[in-house]
Amino acid sequence: MDTIYHTRTEPGQRDHACHRKNVGSLERGVSIAIGTIALLEGIRRRGIAGLLSGIGGGALLYRGISGHCSVYEKLGIDRSKSEGVEASELPGHGTKVVQTITINRAPEEVYRYWSDIRNLPTFMKHLSRVEVREDGASHWVAEGPAGRTLEWDARVIFEKPNELIVWETLPGGDWESKGSVRFDPAPGGRGTELKVSLFYRPPYGKLGAIAAKLLHRAPDQQLKEDLRRLRQLLEAGELATANGS
Amino acid sequence: MKAITWQGRHRVDVSSVDTPDIVNDSDIVVEVTATAICGSDLHLYDGFIPTMQKGDILGHEFMGRVVAKGRGITELEVGDRVVVPFNIACGKCYFCEQTLTSLCDNSNPNAAVAEKLYGHSGSGLFGYSHMLGGYPGGQAEYVRVPYADVGPLKIPDELDDERVLFLSDILPTGYMAAENCQIRRGDIVAVWGCGPVGQFAIKCALLLGAKQVIAIDRIPFRLELAGKDERVTALHPDKTDVQEALLELTGGRGPDSCIDAVGMEAHGTTFGALYDQAKTAAFLATDRPHVLRQAIQACRKGGTVSIPGVYGGLIDKLPLGAAFAKGLTFRMGQTHVHRYMPLLLDMIREGKIDPRFIITHRASLDEAPELYETFRTKTDDCLKVVMTP
Repeated sequence: MDTIYHTRTEPGQRDHACHRKNVGSLERGVSIAIGTIALLEGIRRRGIAGLLSGIGGGALLYRGISGHCSVYEKLGIDRSKSEGVEASELPGHGTKVVQTITINRAPEEVYRYWSDIRNLPTFMKHLSRVEVREDGASHWVAEGPAGRTLEWDARVIFEKPNELIVWETLPGGDWESKGSVRFDPAPGGRGTELKVSLFYRPPYGKLGAIAAKLLHRAPDQQLKEDLRRLRQLLEAGELATANGS
Repeated sequence: MKAITWQGRHRVDVSSVDTPDIVNDSDIVVEVTATAICGSDLHLYDGFIPTMQKGDILGHEFMGRVVAKGRGITELEVGDRVVVPFNIACGKCYFCEQTLTSLCDNSNPNAAVAEKLYGHSGSGLFGYSHMLGGYPGGQAEYVRVPYADVGPLKIPDELDDERVLFLSDILPTGYMAAENCQIRRGDIVAVWGCGPVGQFAIKCALLLGAKQVIAIDRIPFRLELAGKDERVTALHPDKTDVQEALLELTGGRGPDSCIDAVGMEAHGTTFGALYDQAKTAAFLATDRPHVLRQAIQACRKGGTVSIPGVYGGLIDKLPLGAAFAKGLTFRMGQTHVHRYMPLLLDMIREGKIDPRFIITHRASLDEAPELYETFRTKTDDCLKVVMTP
C-alpha cells in the first residue's frame, strides 16, 4: 500500500552525494550505541572474532555519527528527510496510505484551496460535509461501508502555510486517523507535488479492511481518485464527466 | 435523438437515446452536420478494444453547429460551425500546455482503468471505450463537447463540411505521422497501409519534402488511389517481396522513414502474420504487429519508424534487436489534434491539400450498420464513409 519515491539530488549536492545524510536520527542513535559496544568488545576480545566485531562496530559508529549509510544509498533509501514531518503511526494496528500527485498550480494556490477544509467534500467522494467549529476543531460526516454514516471530529495539530498541514481525529468518533498533506514545489516549474499520508484504524478492524478491499473501496484507491479530482478542479476548473445530461 | 450504438462484436444499431445537455460551464452541445466512420472504429467493431459496453454511442470524427453553450464559454457563439477534435483536452494541465493534448491529465474520468493497463492514462476520447472516458460519440444527432473553448475549431462559411470534417482526426493524424518522420529534402518514405490515414500521411510526407513515397497495401483500389501521384510507388505485398523491393527502390539503403498506418490488426499471408492471427485468436496476444516487424526490418540505419496505427495491448516477437542494431528512432501515439488543426485549416483554405479525395461513400446515419460491414470487409472499394444525420 505504500508508495516508493525516487529521491532527487539537488544541484550542487550531487558532488557530495556519497556523504549525504540518509539515516534518521533515532536510527543514528541506535547505530552509535551498538557500534560503540561492538568496537569496545572487539578491542577486548582480539583475534579474528574481535577484529570482525571491531570493524562492524566502527562502521556502525561511522554510520551513526555521520548519518550516512552506503547500503541505504545503494538501495535508494533516505530516512533522514521526512522524519517527524509526516503523521506518526497510530499505536496498535493501523494502516498507512500514501498517495502523491503533481498539480500544475503553485503550492500557495493548492494550499489555499485545501486549507479551507469545507472544500474537501467537493473532490473527496466519500465525504458528505465538513463543518468548522468555533474552537478551530472540525466536524466531519462521511459515507461508510454498507451505506452507514460515519461522523467524527478532528483538529489540525501542526500547520506551516503553503507547505504542510497535519491533523488528527479526536477521541469518540466513528473514524480514527492521523494525516498529513505536504505541498512541495515540483521541479521545472511544474506546479505542486502534493503528498498525502494517512494512518487510520479501519472501521470494524481487519475484517472491515478486507471487506473494503473486496468492494474496491480501499482508502488508497479512494484517495488516489480524490486527488485526481482535486487536480481536475484546480487545473481545469471542473470535474470531468462523460454524462450527457 | 438518433445515434449509432455499439452492441457487441460486428454489431452496431441505430438507436433512440437521450439528447445531451450542458453539464459543466465549459460545455457546448453540437448539432452534428457530418460524421465519419474511422478505421479505428473498426477496432471497436471487431471487439479488439476492451471496456466497451452495449449501447455506447460510437464516433469520434464529427462537426456541426453550436446549439447550446455553458456559462464559461467565451470563444464560441450559438450558431457557430465547428470541427471537434477526437481527443478531449482541458487546455490547462502540464501536457496541454506542451500541446500534447492527446495526453491531457484531466479529461478522462476513468483514468484509473487506463492507468492499471498503461501505467498512466491519456486523454478522454469521444466514443472510444470506457477506459478512455466513456464519452458518447459523434455518430449521433447531437453531442456534448466539454472544454469547448479549447477544442472545437471555428470554420468559415465558405468551406463546406466535406472539406474540413477530417480535421477532427485523420488529416492531423496523417500529418503528425509524416512530421514524426523528421523528413529532410530528398528522403524516401515508406507507408504501410493506404487507408484514409495512410493516404493523408503520403500527401503530407510529400508536402514536408519527401522526394518519393513507397505505398504498401493489399487492396488494389487503395494502391491505385495512392499511386495517382507520380511521386508515389505502389507495392502489393502479395505480388512483390516488400523487403527486396524497398531495398531496390532505395539503392540498398532502405527507406529513411517507415510509417505504420495499419496498427494492431494487420492482415497478411506470411508465416509471421498467420502466427499473429493464431495467437490473438487464442488470446495469447492482443495485437498483430506484422507490419511493424516489416517496417523495422526495412528501415535504413538511423532512420525513423513512425506509428500512427493504433496498438492497444501486448505484442509478440518484436525485432527489437534489429531496431537497436540500426539505431532506429520510434515516434508514436494518439494525435495531438489541437496542435495541428489551425495549420491544416490554412492549408485547406490555400488549396495545398483537398481532403475530399478519400470519400467513397455518402450516406445517412440509418445506413451505418450496413456501412460498418462494407468498410470492414473493404468491399465496394470502400475507403471513407461520411454520414449526415
